[in-house]
Amino acid sequence: MADERLSENLERITREATLTRGLGRSYGDASLPHASGARIANSVLANRLISFNLETGALRAEAGLSLQSLKEIFLPRGWFTPVTPGTQFVTLGGMVASDVHGKNQHVEGDFGHHVRWIRLRLGSGEIVECSETVEPELFFATIGGMGLTGHILEVEIQMQRVESPWIWQRRERIHDVAITLRRLREAGEQWPFTVAWLDLLADGRDFGRGALMCGRWATRAEATKPLSLQVKRRAVPVDVPGIVLNRRAMRLFNAVQFKWSQRDSEGLEHPETFFYPLDKLLDWNRMYGKWGFIQHQAVIPCDDSIEPALQYFDLIRTLEVPVYLCVLKDCAHEGRGTISFPLQGYTFALDLPFRPDATQRAVDRLNEFVIENGGRIYLTKDGHTRAEHLRAMDPRLDGFNELRRRWDPEGRIRSALSVRLLGDTP
Amino acid sequence: MRAAVLGASQGMGRAVARRLAQRGDQVFVLGIEPEQLEKSAKDLEVISGQPVGWVECDLLRPETFGPALDRAEEALGGLDTVVITAAIFASQERLEEDTELLRNMLLANFTNTVLLCEEVRRRLLARGGGTLCVFSSVAGDRGRKPVVLYGATKGGLSKYLEGLDHRFRSQGLVTICVKPGFVKTGMTAGLKPPPFAGEPEDVARRVVRAIDRGKPLIYVPPPWRFVMMIIRCLPRFVMRRIKF
Ligand SMILES: Cc1cc2nc3c(=O)[nH]c(=O)nc-3n(C[C@H](O)[C@H](O)[C@H](O)COP(=O)(O)OP(=O)(O)OC[C@H]3O[C@@H](n4cnc5c(N)ncnc54)[C@H](O)[C@@H]3O)c2cc1C
Ligand SMILES: NC(=O)c1ccc[n+]([C@@H]2O[C@H](COP(=O)([O-])OP(=O)(O)OC[C@H]3O[C@@H](n4cnc5c(N)ncnc54)[C@H](OP(=O)(O)O)[C@@H]3O)[C@@H](O)[C@H]2O)c1
Repeated sequence: MADERLSENLERITREATLTRGLGRSYGDASLPHASGARIANSVLANRLISFNLETGALRAEAGLSLQSLKEIFLPRGWFTPVTPGTQFVTLGGMVASDVHGKNQHVEGDFGHHVRWIRLRLGSGEIVECSETVEPELFFATIGGMGLTGHILEVEIQMQRVESPWIWQRRERIHDVAITLRRLREAGEQWPFTVAWLDLLADGRDFGRGALMCGRWATRAEATKPLSLQVKRRAVPVDVPGIVLNRRAMRLFNAVQFKWSQRDSEGLEHPETFFYPLDKLLDWNRMYGKWGFIQHQAVIPCDDSIEPALQYFDLIRTLEVPVYLCVLKDCAHEGRGTISFPLQGYTFALDLPFRPDATQRAVDRLNEFVIENGGRIYLTKDGHTRAEHLRAMDPRLDGFNELRRRWDPEGRIRSALSVRLLGDTP
Repeated sequence: MRAAVLGASQGMGRAVARRLAQRGDQVFVLGIEPEQLEKSAKDLEVISGQPVGWVECDLLRPETFGPALDRAEEALGGLDTVVITAAIFASQERLEEDTELLRNMLLANFTNTVLLCEEVRRRLLARGGGTLCVFSSVAGDRGRKPVVLYGATKGGLSKYLEGLDHRFRSQGLVTICVKPGFVKTGMTAGLKPPPFAGEPEDVARRVVRAIDRGKPLIYVPPPWRFVMMIIRCLPRFVMRRIKF
């Protein structure tokens, strides 16, 4: 058990803390304490806005502000964040610390590309401000730094004007992996938001069927309906028994999804449905049963050829555990953070059921492929990568650790992830 | 609406103030920690696009009530709604040990809250009516082991608010008693959330709706109404046995 502190006064509770966390939407151990009983700060009550410049769109707020609140306050006024992850239950601090990306990575890059200023408490206890020009090393190490450079207290980001709060969406049903990869790239030339969803449970000819979703903010003329942001959410009240979501059930689920997704369609879509389909089911991860599931997200560099991505699919096909869901995105910009995840290539987010040993072996095999192909894994979703694999994959770690020591000589700031992967003492 | 909110720098009070500000109501912030009050007022300013004032008002110092309400009336150009979420909470064990804390809790949550409500009542009636919305608690619905002392203050407060509504509604003073169950705020930090634990934003939405409709009593989150209905029916020998 951690000793987790929660208060509006983040400055106070970070004084003694070894880590700050937000809404805990990272899948792995990034937001967990390095040792049982360690004091950690929770930022979610520190969610006040500090300033908003109507002319430039610069927004300053406390780190605990949730994307959900931000959306409710700003979307009706025609402003939104340039980058959003697939859930709105995340905090500003969490978005900075993971340097999150969205469906528009190929246009806007990561969240970190739109961060202008950060105020944080260092491991030494000191509170400092940083930006591209002031303490730039600290600034870039904090973007995507998994909370390991200090406690983020306040953030300034550049917001984006949107013409309407609605999304104009196009869906295509695709029957083949290679075509999906190509279509995803092609669509990216016209559409700011693109993502593909693939069914990897189906056999033979159906393997890899899926849907490509493209979107852009609707124009004022297209957005004919008023938008209500009050969406009904359903809670999944109990853990669904493991047997309900076995391979066969998930296959059926995917097949139905596939059959139901209309052939090709285009039209107005609610931003909530477009960006956050899973948020409608609160605690949706309970659907995956008591054992739970894990995610593995990797970026596989691909310049003009899609060959490495196709090989990755071949590997996925032979894994010992089934891949329940595969979400594919097109990445075009490397992250700005010292250890940011994105690289130019395709990112694969895989949902795997957790089975002792078998899941570990599957993750190992995926990671070996990532190493060979010069890719990277996304730390915020990771819980099973081996330290030696990460070292082999990412030559930036030593430099990052050196920077950390500069601001935190005693090594106070740590997480379960940094103990597992970065050699911190437990 | 022109509303003063005591407790607007934290928890449910802040969520209520934000919700009001977001839809264009004018708000004024009351509380005890100047630094937090200022930050919260700034937040409401950004949300509403209007200037938002604040002033100290301490439930342990009733002499601050009059001047604080004067400031709020002045800043808002008249006052038609007062929301009070402020209160002191501590575990039964701590209150049993610490007499000083107990005295403060009893004073703040009952005596002084009632004194403040009386001050508000006089002012609102003088201008022909208005709304007084006060946060009590489900803890006041039944004498229970974990909340003997805190629950007593909230029980007394609930009864007072009920009587106030009966006596003055015909003169235009609408009194609303909010009874939260378990809500995830700084007050409950460190406690394990039971089933039906609520979020401050959701509570705020329901409270603002109750204010709009003049509902005299609401439980938040709503399932607590039924939980408490059952608890109120339990015979004493059962209450002596269970921990709840
Ligand atoms: C359904 C779902 C969909 C998702 N989709 C995407 C997606 O499309 N793209 C994407 O990039 N990610 C995605 N994610 C991952 C998610 O965006 C990140 O994990 C994000 O960091 C979570 O934010 P949080 O506030 O919950 O942070 P937490 O999970 O609480 O913490 C995450 C990390 O940030 C650090 N941190 C948080 N707050 C602070 C702070 N104030 N100061 C210092 N460090 C801090 C923590 O220490 C930890 O290392 C998704 C997650 C879910 C559950
Ligand atoms: N949270 C729950 O689960 C729960 C359950 C049942 C009932 N309640 C009741 O609901 C109300 C709101 O609770 P909450 O959870 O939102 O609490 P909270 O987040 O702890 O906020 C309490 C508020 O009370 C103010 N306050 C404390 N002492 C004060 C004093 N002496 N004078 C003036 N203000 C004082 C604080 O002001 P500063 O910010 O200026 O310090 C703060 O704004 C309380 O009446 C509480 O008893 C809560």
